[in-house]
Amino acid sequence: MGSIRLESVRKVFGDAEVIPGVDLKINDGEFIVFVGPSGCGKSTLLRLIAGLEDLTGGKVLIDDKDVTGNAPAKRRLAMVFQSYALYPHMSVFNNIAFPLKMAEMEKTAIDKKVRDAADTLNLTDYLHRKPGQLSGGQRQRVAIGRAIVREPVAFLFDEPLSNLDAALRVNMRHEISQLHHQLNTTMIYVTHDQVEAMTLADRIVVLNEGRVEQFGSPLQLYQKPSNRFVAGFIGSPMMNFIEGPTAAEHDAHTIGVRPEHIIVSKKKGTWSGVVTIAEHLGADTFLRVECGAIGTITARASGEFTVGYGDTVFLTPDSKKTYRFDKNGRTIGHRPQQADTTGNQKTP
Amino acid sequence: MATAHTRTLSRLMIAPSVVMLLAWMAIPLAMTIYFSFQRYNLLNPSRRRFAGWFNYEFFVTDPAFFAALTNTLVLVGGVLVITIVGGILFALLLDQPIFGQGIVRILFISPFFIMPTVSALIWKNMMMNPVFGIFANIAKSLGLQPIDWFASVPLLSIIIIVAWQWLPFATLILLTALQSLDSEQRDAAEMDGAKPVALFFYITLPHMSRAITVVVLIETIFLLSIFAEILVTTNGGPGVASTNLTFLIYARALLQFDVGGAAAGGIIAVILANIVAIFLIRMIGKNLEA
Ligand SMILES: Nc1ncnc2c1ncn2[C@@H]1O[C@H](COP(=O)(O)OP(=O)(O)OP(=O)(O)O)[C@@H](O)[C@H]1O
Ligand SMILES: [Mg+2]
Repeated sequence: MGSIRLESVRKVFGDAEVIPGVDLKINDGEFIVFVGPSGCGKSTLLRLIAGLEDLTGGKVLIDDKDVTGNAPAKRRLAMVFQSYALYPHMSVFNNIAFPLKMAEMEKTAIDKKVRDAADTLNLTDYLHRKPGQLSGGQRQRVAIGRAIVREPVAFLFDEPLSNLDAALRVNMRHEISQLHHQLNTTMIYVTHDQVEAMTLADRIVVLNEGRVEQFGSPLQLYQKPSNRFVAGFIGSPMMNFIEGPTAAEHDAHTIGVRPEHIIVSKKKGTWSGVVTIAEHLGADTFLRVECGAIGTITARASGEFTVGYGDTVFLTPDSKKTYRFDKNGRTIGHRPQQADTTGNQKTP
Repeated sequence: MATAHTRTLSRLMIAPSVVMLLAWMAIPLAMTIYFSFQRYNLLNPSRRRFAGWFNYEFFVTDPAFFAALTNTLVLVGGVLVITIVGGILFALLLDQPIFGQGIVRILFISPFFIMPTVSALIWKNMMMNPVFGIFANIAKSLGLQPIDWFASVPLLSIIIIVAWQWLPFATLILLTALQSLDSEQRDAAEMDGAKPVALFFYITLPHMSRAITVVVLIETIFLLSIFAEILVTTNGGPGVASTNLTFLIYARALLQFDVGGAAAGGIIAVILANIVAIFLIRMIGKNLEA
């Protein structure tokens, strides 16, 4: 059990309206990722769901029960913080046991639960240590352990991996994904990281200035972005946007084409330009090409593509995968779900 | 770097401060030790001679000594308890967002800037005076018999005065500790179901333990040598009811002109201070380890 519904949730800090009104319906067992630029209100939205901030307006429902006025502990949610927020003076065992102690569970039951959780998370050897004596990854696992022993109806993660190095991040990402499959509990996960969002999520919420720009599966967002913001935010390197006469040829204010949907050639193509940066990664080659009036275009050639600084190349955008946007940044053409917040996973 | 030349030079350069330190520290200590073994009374200075352990024996076997020792410890302990408990409560209070927070905080610190003699005089004449003191007036308005503070509860009166002076210090240190508590830790505890009381005892208090240790150590150093407050208010009396070690030494040297005895008392006070310091470091010093 763990469906979460937000109904026109609003949050104002002083005179700054951080969340102007969000409707969202999250199904039981789903893995939801909130992404968006820094300061767009991801953490705030998560804290509103957790009950750590008071709502200015609207309602939060968990399992169809209104919990808007309930204290955090009453909502049966567990949160993992970016700074881990472990209790530094308690041993790992006591850290994990803390929520159970607060729930006044009896000692033997606590002991068993903590050991089970430690077992799942490979922490058994560290139970007597203080958090200060653990590595970043181990601390993160303790924080997760503290969350799972409570058997919450949903987990909330606020950028849990951003303090880890790249290799460990990949590792922990897999562990969290596995944990989700094991527990089958609803998870809401906030991140900056595209790759984390695309790989972990059942559905992604793209936030911008406190508004939901689009809500859908990773591939939906990639293939059918509902507007220019989502198109630019999802995908790496970022989609190329071209305005002016070139866009007008397509009856659009702006057109967008992803680097991987451009054919690069040394002989012929629609646009020509001069390479200003060539990044040879082995599997891919990324080129930044100065195309005169069209602007600077990023393109991807798969495999090794031997060009260097100052060489002339020709680029041909894949016309079937060229996106068109109107003056307000909305996608023209295909009918993507407009900021679909109704919770249906099917594409219309 | 450390060639013979630079080493000689650096020694030469630090020599004056080393000599000063020796002069300031070692010489008075040596002289005190020397006098403590002399029979030397200013009323009869010509009869000065070596006295062996007599001064120590005399000082320790004096019934006033034991009273002074107890008073010293009660005074230190009492003030510590009041300032730590009160300091934690005031720190929690001042941490709340209140109107005019800055002004309230400055007002709160101000007792610390008042000279001990001045504050003791104010307490003596305005607060605790049995005839026109504020406490007496409150008692009278309630139809109670006013307490003659310095006559009936002299040591408690001094503890109150000294605690009033040190409360701001404790509060200030504890407030900074409180403010350095990571807000995510508080949030996490709240999510884990900790009620305010549990939050305080499991999260806030352990977080402040290091600051509490610092307050205890610093206050102890100063409280062992409380003097002005006693001189201004009770003069150590009635009898020796509010005499601490410092005051006893003063009485020996300047009221009875017994330099030898006072010196012996001074050495005993130094030893006592060291014993207390060792105990404190043993007991709570581990809190200071990172
Ligand atoms: N307690 C607060 N008081 C006032 N403003 C706040 C408060 N908390 C957040 N804000 C503001 O709300 C906005 C959203 O903040 P939030 O922390 O939700 O961003 P975020 O999307 O999590 O960003 P990041 O990715 O950098 O963590 C920011 O502009 C921030 O300044
Ligand atoms: Mg954030």
